Amino acid sequence: MATTKSNTPNPTPRKKAPVASKRSSAAKSVAKKATTRKSAKPSTLAAGAARASGERARRRSTPLLSTAAAPEATMPATSKKAAERPAARNAASAASQSARKSAPKSAPKSATRATPRADVPAPVPGTKRAAHRPRPTARAKASSKASAQAGIRPQSPRAKRAADEAARRHLRVAAPPEPTPRTPSPDPTATQTDMSLPVPGIEELLSASIAAMRIAAQGAGISPEDVEHKIAAVLAYVRRRIEGDYSVDEFGYDEHFAENVVFPMLRPIYRKWFRVEVRGLENIPDEGGALIVSNHSGTVAIDSLMVAQAVHDEHPKHRVMRALGADLVFQTPVLGAFARRGGSTLATTHDVDRLFQKGELVGVFPEGFKGVGKPFKERYKLQRFGRGGFVAAALKAGVPIIPTSVVGAEEIAPIIGNMSTIARLFGLPYAPITPTFPLLGPLGLIPLPSKWIIEFGAPIETASHGAAAADDPMLVFDLTDQVRETIQQTLYSLLMQRRSVFF
Amino acid sequence: MGKVVLVTGVSRYVGGVLARRLVADPSVERVIGVDVIPPPRDLGGAEFIRADIRNPMIGKVIAQGDVDTVVHANVIATPTFAGGRTPQKEINVIGTMQLLAACQKAATVKRLVVKSTAAVYGSTPRDPAMFTEEMSAKRLPSSGFGKDSIEVEGYVRGFARRRPDTDILMLRFANIIGPRIRTSITDYFNLPVIPIPLGYDARLQFFHEDDAIAALVRGVTGSATGVVNLAGDGVLTALQAAAIVRRPFVMVPMAAAGPIGSLGKKFGLLDFSPDQMSFMAYGRGMDTTAMRESFGFNPSFSTRAAFEDYARTVTPVVPSFDAVSGVLGGVVGAAQQVLGRPTRGKH
Repeated sequence: MATTKSNTPNPTPRKKAPVASKRSSAAKSVAKKATTRKSAKPSTLAAGAARASGERARRRSTPLLSTAAAPEATMPATSKKAAERPAARNAASAASQSARKSAPKSAPKSATRATPRADVPAPVPGTKRAAHRPRPTARAKASSKASAQAGIRPQSPRAKRAADEAARRHLRVAAPPEPTPRTPSPDPTATQTDMSLPVPGIEELLSASIAAMRIAAQGAGISPEDVEHKIAAVLAYVRRRIEGDYSVDEFGYDEHFAENVVFPMLRPIYRKWFRVEVRGLENIPDEGGALIVSNHSGTVAIDSLMVAQAVHDEHPKHRVMRALGADLVFQTPVLGAFARRGGSTLATTHDVDRLFQKGELVGVFPEGFKGVGKPFKERYKLQRFGRGGFVAAALKAGVPIIPTSVVGAEEIAPIIGNMSTIARLFGLPYAPITPTFPLLGPLGLIPLPSKWIIEFGAPIETASHGAAAADDPMLVFDLTDQVRETIQQTLYSLLMQRRSVFF
Repeated sequence: MGKVVLVTGVSRYVGGVLARRLVADPSVERVIGVDVIPPPRDLGGAEFIRADIRNPMIGKVIAQGDVDTVVHANVIATPTFAGGRTPQKEINVIGTMQLLAACQKAATVKRLVVKSTAAVYGSTPRDPAMFTEEMSAKRLPSSGFGKDSIEVEGYVRGFARRRPDTDILMLRFANIIGPRIRTSITDYFNLPVIPIPLGYDARLQFFHEDDAIAALVRGVTGSATGVVNLAGDGVLTALQAAAIVRRPFVMVPMAAAGPIGSLGKKFGLLDFSPDQMSFMAYGRGMDTTAMRESFGFNPSFSTRAAFEDYARTVTPVVPSFDAVSGVLGGVVGAAQQVLGRPTRGKH
């Protein structure tokens, strides 16, 4: 055994091998080790000899056995240690006696494995020599290997040479074996995805969690297949994101992200929280450009998201509304990137023209911040409709204007005051005080669950005016007023129809 | 025809390859390459004249060579390649002034092709999604290459006014990328950890180096004039690009971009001006209708293909992430040891 060999500095190296060979008397060797350990401390001569004869290498390997030995082994080890300490102070014979006493106790347990015994002397030399002997790196791996080898070690009396070789082999093998068991498992995935480290890690985690989820799903009474499908979808999504395998259009609209994150994320809010009722979907064309013009309200401009969700979810063609946003939106770090990925772009004529050229459905909220940040007492009163740029753009492209009215958004966070100083400080258009907002802190940001109605009105046709009409300010103003009036009247009629704010 | 073409900046990649390509072109009789340092690559049959465009000597070169087409490809984008910001600005601005002054004097010069850049459009959150040639920057680039390029274009417009008989073509290139060229953007995506401004995901356009050369050759041999945007089809976002080069990225607050940039400069990893940092935040898109229609050039690489072509050559530098994380050390190593090892089941 490797442990017994480590005792070779003592005068009787050859004797020990046969002793150790008898498994039952293994405890004896422990006791002897204990004594030798004590003797090794003063006798530097012996230590030097050990080093010279390559014992050092073998010893270095022995502590490994001990540190990595199974936790069960530590129990007897400590008890033994406790027994040994007083014993060591006494004569060597007394020590061996005490070891013999403890032997029957530990013998049955340790009979199966030789490692627990090796455990005993190990920590001490390890700590003692730490100063000038670097700890081997392959500790964790080597131990299992070594313990396995330890069991097979030759026990014949003339085994020294063979054992020496074995010990050396063990040293040689200590480093390489670690990759061999590990590499095969992550490699296939690594080559499949051809990716950096995190990917196999994520996949491994996911495969493990899939198993867990199946069990959990069965417990919860949900079909495990459903769960598995969901997880597979998430996995596929994550992989494509990690590999950059998605495309973004020139405005930054990321269809993959929108379909997998934005719309699914907003759907519960749309269905369960605001219970949006949609009317007039037939007014949205199945293809080609159109301009959705809507009122804007609700303190937080969530109404634009809900209109986009309504168009996407309820329209038979699942069209994506490309909303136009203020430059403040695109200046704001996370919001700007999110808005672009969700299909928004800056409200400039260049971008609108470009979107219409591509035949996109464009959504515009001409009231802007004036509409979103107006006090509660002015609810459902349309603010000024900008400069009518949206009408000019629609005229230029000859696309229909769809006046859209959103009822319910005004009540999600009624503005009862404005912290104008704070707004100015942060360069914001307004800093609202709502019944809940600064009062409840972040909780106040949760919108009230009002019942929403979105009505898409009859389209106002612009193509007959011709593209040149965009340069006719009078026509542009007239059309702007027409759109505004239509939305205002629809708002009033919808307000009359709704039973209550929340139902 | 028998054109005599003068190419400035032949010692750098685009100029050098362009000179070689022009020599092979049957419509070009003679190619003269000019730069301050001898070209590291073979120029083929092009003559190399060691001359500084900042020096009036360049006028003699033009006059003696009977040059009829001048290609100005010597606007340097990265200060490190020019030996610092001061020489960079001198070469870019003073060099252009001297070159144009020489061209104005030389009656033989009939055509001027200027390699300009998309950086002249700047990069702000108020930009339109796509810039067309007649648009200008919402906020003028305040420093570095972008500012130089605006000035260069200004001088070129001045030259056009004074020499209305010359054909002037100004090519605004999106970031040129490819397996061989080295620019600040290739250095950026070659960083062990790519810093991306926190909360932004810029839209980026790339133009493949082969397309860039082909476009310049077309610009020299063709007759198109005016300003043309050159970019590959489609856009990539910064995060997508980082995913394609398979490098980890770190989100850096915009406020920290300055210190990180100067740190990168100190270690010679990267030379990024504040303008380039805002480019990495807001990005930029160029409309390429004119490139296809009036200029008649169809790039063979889309933005994505160009970037992937570049990324393909980056990965061999990084044989495998396991090895590189050990070799590169630093943040990559640390991050991947932390992230990758526990999940690999090292118990």
